[in-house]
Amino acid sequence: MNEKYINTGNKDTRSGFGAGLLEAGRKNPDIVALCADLTGSLKMDAFAAEFPDRFIQCGIAEANMIGTAAGLAVSGKVPFAGSFAEFVTGRVYDQVRQVVAYSHTNVKICASHAGITLGEDGATHQTMEDIGLMRMLPNLTVINPCDYNQTMAATLAIAEYEGPVYLRFGRPSVANFTPAGQKFEIGKAITLIEGTDVTIFATGHLVWEAIVAAEILEKEGISAELINIHTIKPLDEKAVLESAAKTGAVVTAEEHLVAGGMGELIAGLLTRELPKPVEFVAVDDLFGQSGEPSELLKVYGLDAENIVKAAKKAIGRK
Amino acid sequence: MVNMAGSGHPGGSLSSTDLLTVLFFDQLNHSPKSWRRDGKGKDMFFLSAGHLSPVFYSVLARSGYFPVSELATFRKLGSRLQGHPSIERGLPGVHVASGSLGQGLSVACGAAITKMLNGEKNFIYVLMGDGESEEGQVWEAAMFAAHHKLDRIIAVTDWNGQQIDGPVSKIMNLGNLEAKWNAFGWETSVVDGHNLEAIAEAYQKAKANTGNGKPKMLLMKTEMGQDVDFMQGTHQWHGKAPNKEQTEAALKQLKETLGDF
Repeated sequence: MNEKYINTGNKDTRSGFGAGLLEAGRKNPDIVALCADLTGSLKMDAFAAEFPDRFIQCGIAEANMIGTAAGLAVSGKVPFAGSFAEFVTGRVYDQVRQVVAYSHTNVKICASHAGITLGEDGATHQTMEDIGLMRMLPNLTVINPCDYNQTMAATLAIAEYEGPVYLRFGRPSVANFTPAGQKFEIGKAITLIEGTDVTIFATGHLVWEAIVAAEILEKEGISAELINIHTIKPLDEKAVLESAAKTGAVVTAEEHLVAGGMGELIAGLLTRELPKPVEFVAVDDLFGQSGEPSELLKVYGLDAENIVKAAKKAIGRK
Repeated sequence: MVNMAGSGHPGGSLSSTDLLTVLFFDQLNHSPKSWRRDGKGKDMFFLSAGHLSPVFYSVLARSGYFPVSELATFRKLGSRLQGHPSIERGLPGVHVASGSLGQGLSVACGAAITKMLNGEKNFIYVLMGDGESEEGQVWEAAMFAAHHKLDRIIAVTDWNGQQIDGPVSKIMNLGNLEAKWNAFGWETSVVDGHNLEAIAEAYQKAKANTGNGKPKMLLMKTEMGQDVDFMQGTHQWHGKAPNKEQTEAALKQLKETLGDF
């Protein structure tokens, strides 16, 4: 059973980012932070208070923020540029493409309020396209940690990694269950639960939903393997192929559209290397709407119950 | 170069030749042979209007960043001299890619902050086009640079009054460009961009006024296709390559062509 995954108390992943940024800033004096008038929302205020000279307020002007971050990076700083996920991806796609990805600048794009669990603000702010947009760009690493502890660890890891990164996290308080201080290895998937009947590949907030789903499945006599894909690009292809070969059925779970998401990436890999039935737990070609995060997960088919259904369907297609 | 490549942007390259020549051969604190991408201890130059790559590459090569013979590879498969500047093949002199317009000033702001944090007393130069100033990001960066008192940024606008679809005044009138930059908190000068002494003086003055908290904008009045009669003052040669006869006719009209292109 999954007793080792105990929720130590709900926390928001953005606070994990804020804590990681502060710690990274204490370790490396070249780390600077930029924000476009959302310092409190991004939990960058502790960094700004401790390092006022290294915190750069950009105002509501995200395109300039990305360009400024690229200029800081090219001249030797390690900039963390933060805003809501929609405003550091869709709004500034061409800037990220030209002066970050194509120019190989060491910019860390920090995206809070990603996905539908942003909640009440509604679809203008709920990006579910960002993983697709960012993973299409050559050179860019795409990371989507699952809880507070892992987001903090990921923030520390990308501070030491040389190259452009997209770090995706969120607003709601969710289960915090990964071990504090666990080393974050970019590109290395983590097997959370071993199983034999079906593999669930989950990322971000839906990893906890997948833990709950695996418990439900176990009670029904189905052995689900659960793998946390915290790094979407580069994808840990070895981990995906080994597990899919073992279980023969796959479910992917992410707070994103089907189009461009992690599910399509995994399905593409399996189609080329090891065809197996794949079911997507993701949003199919819809914008979100206002509501509470838990309601939205349910209505848009992203909660544990939907993962259970998808697992059974995938097994049925073996 | 543009003739050999069969495509490219001769018009704006000719209008900005004088202002870039003065910058690279007289004003810039640089070391072409030991150029570093991070610009440590040196002035940095950012070409925002990436389509001015022909003149940019020419000036870089003749300053010693890379062999002049490499100019013949412009826009050819595998070349370091991409149609618009790129860092992917490691061309000395290029800090970031440009081509999609309106982004260079923002990048310059970042480099200026690094210099400020490091206590380095260097200057950050940016070359922009006037048509490029229609991009909203330029004005985001203008606000930002003034707000953060980045007074070691010296931006230059190649104010040739032309863009692809026609005269700037007809396509998207910039209005009083000098008043706009002044209103954004910049120290702004209008300069004859084809008078070498006036250009040098403008750079000197901009450098001398460091410490006043204001970023500098030099609006260089220029002519698209300067010194080539059939190219001068028209948008027709913004992005079109001359053929062999036109290239020969153009080179004959230029006071100094260095004989290699």
